[in-house]
Amino acid sequence: MDLYQQLILDHSKRPVNAGLREPFQAEVHHVNPTCGDEITLRVHVDGDVIDDVSYDSQGCSISVASASILAEEVTGHDLGEVRETFAAMKSMLTSKGEDPGDEEVIGDGVALAGVAKYPARVKCALLSWMAFSDALARSGHQIDTDPDGGTR
Amino acid sequence: MPSAPFSEEEVAAIRADFPILARTVRDDRPLVYLDSGATSQKPRQVLDAERDWYERLNAAPHRGAHALSEEGTEAYEAARATIAAFIGARADEVVFTKNATEAINLVAYAFSNASQKPTNSELSVDGPRQELTNSELSVDRFVLGPGDEVVVTEMEHHANLIPWQELCRRTGATLRWLDVTEDGRLDLSHLHDIVNERTKVLAFAHQSNVLGTINPVDQLVSRAREVGALTVLDACQSVPHMGVDVHALGVDFAAFSGHKMLGPMGIGVLWGRAELLDAMPVFLTGGSMIETVTMEGATYAPVPQKFEAGVPNAAQAIGLAAACDYLTDLGMDRVAAHEHALAERLLTALATRPWVRVVGPTDLTDRGGAVSFVVDGVHAHDVGQVLDAAGVAVRVGHHCAWPLHRTMKAAATTRASFAAYNTASEVDALVAALDTVPQVFGLEVA
Repeated sequence: MDLYQQLILDHSKRPVNAGLREPFQAEVHHVNPTCGDEITLRVHVDGDVIDDVSYDSQGCSISVASASILAEEVTGHDLGEVRETFAAMKSMLTSKGEDPGDEEVIGDGVALAGVAKYPARVKCALLSWMAFSDALARSGHQIDTDPDGGTR
Repeated sequence: MPSAPFSEEEVAAIRADFPILARTVRDDRPLVYLDSGATSQKPRQVLDAERDWYERLNAAPHRGAHALSEEGTEAYEAARATIAAFIGARADEVVFTKNATEAINLVAYAFSNASQKPTNSELSVDGPRQELTNSELSVDRFVLGPGDEVVVTEMEHHANLIPWQELCRRTGATLRWLDVTEDGRLDLSHLHDIVNERTKVLAFAHQSNVLGTINPVDQLVSRAREVGALTVLDACQSVPHMGVDVHALGVDFAAFSGHKMLGPMGIGVLWGRAELLDAMPVFLTGGSMIETVTMEGATYAPVPQKFEAGVPNAAQAIGLAAACDYLTDLGMDRVAAHEHALAERLLTALATRPWVRVVGPTDLTDRGGAVSFVVDGVHAHDVGQVLDAAGVAVRVGHHCAWPLHRTMKAAATTRASFAAYNTASEVDALVAALDTVPQVFGLEVA
């Protein structure tokens, strides 16, 4: 199956930076009500840089792998870069397979490109990213320039 | 003598009636549809009945005096009689709704509306407004307030849980529930404590949509009767799969959906004892449910019309009657035996795979054909995706029974559910696809 690339399986088995840590400025809890996937996610921003993303993700391999990729791709990056990564992930995941994703921008995120072809799974992959965006907004940083787009 | 499952030839003949079963999915794989618990497929006979309505009879029933309206009304009411007979009921006890969810809400709102204290302005209206019902039985039967209790079970579908939660919130009554045991049966050890003199309603599933458990209706009804509580049966997963006689069961209300029993979407049924339906306050109001109307108020039509506001889903009612005829021709005892045999085949196969945990009874006593399971270490969504790639359609998630999943310690389950058109080789196809799951996700299995 093209959906379950080795990268996804690796991330879901050994999620990067998993667990909830201090300090943090905002904590959010998001759920996917159709299947019960859940994530609790904390962010700590130091000046302009994402100092830490810590999380507890319970769900399918796609949702856990996506959270792991999120942590890998945004931690240590500044808000400008993170905005770009977030927009590129969201665009790819909501493209119905049209946007293959740019490895330069989203790194291992390209492994999730296949998810876009399965509408029922897009929410699994987006869950951690929407939680991250929400947590940043609660700590005073807006990264989602199109909050209503593509997530319905 | 117990009924026999359908033979291979018989199932082949049944399948020929369902056009959708001939299609392929995901790179031309034959469709293996094991999600009838969510919604069943529809035979040509049902589709033809709906089409015939629109081609020959279409008019608003119970309105107008022209020929089409007359014939349409007759066909609509004949459909009601067929559906009523299918569940051992009288035609005037069958109320059409859009689905079982609406049917359960209708009952919950009857309690809610009966419990609302009239405002002063309502009291001052000197007209028919105060005549809530045409019945001898008092509407007081439906009044709920603080101190009263509503009892459900932990295995309920959200459709038979949330309307009662909301009813309790509106009226101040207390919601209580019967627990589920580890093996997926109702825990009746505290039945006499939980269903007591304060209990006004006992609402429960006939058959669990997740566990497949068939609940002991006799025991529950007899306790409810001892304390004078009304019983509401969620029959969504029983009426499509076994012979159900609502009067013999002794419940007061039963709700089910047409689309889960080979019928169309958009039609459901609330069955209720005539005297109770008579006494109940109205729910949805508007056209065609009235007797007389003035600017100040209205009196209402007799049941079942008083619960059917607006132009009804007549084509769907007629389609559902065709589904009842189809199932009657198959024989509900044989449908039940067939699905039982499929469940047995699946449970036997799963029992030899220690990496699979069945969520629900593994013995076949009082058990229907919904089989839910978890693969240790693999989320149900991922299991379902692998099965889907093989053309096997199952349900994954919490199946609208989130509290039950918490109790069964499963975030989500994979569910296979059967109908008369399923074959033994489809069960084998499911098991074969399931056997690839450990390898896809790198699980080490014995």
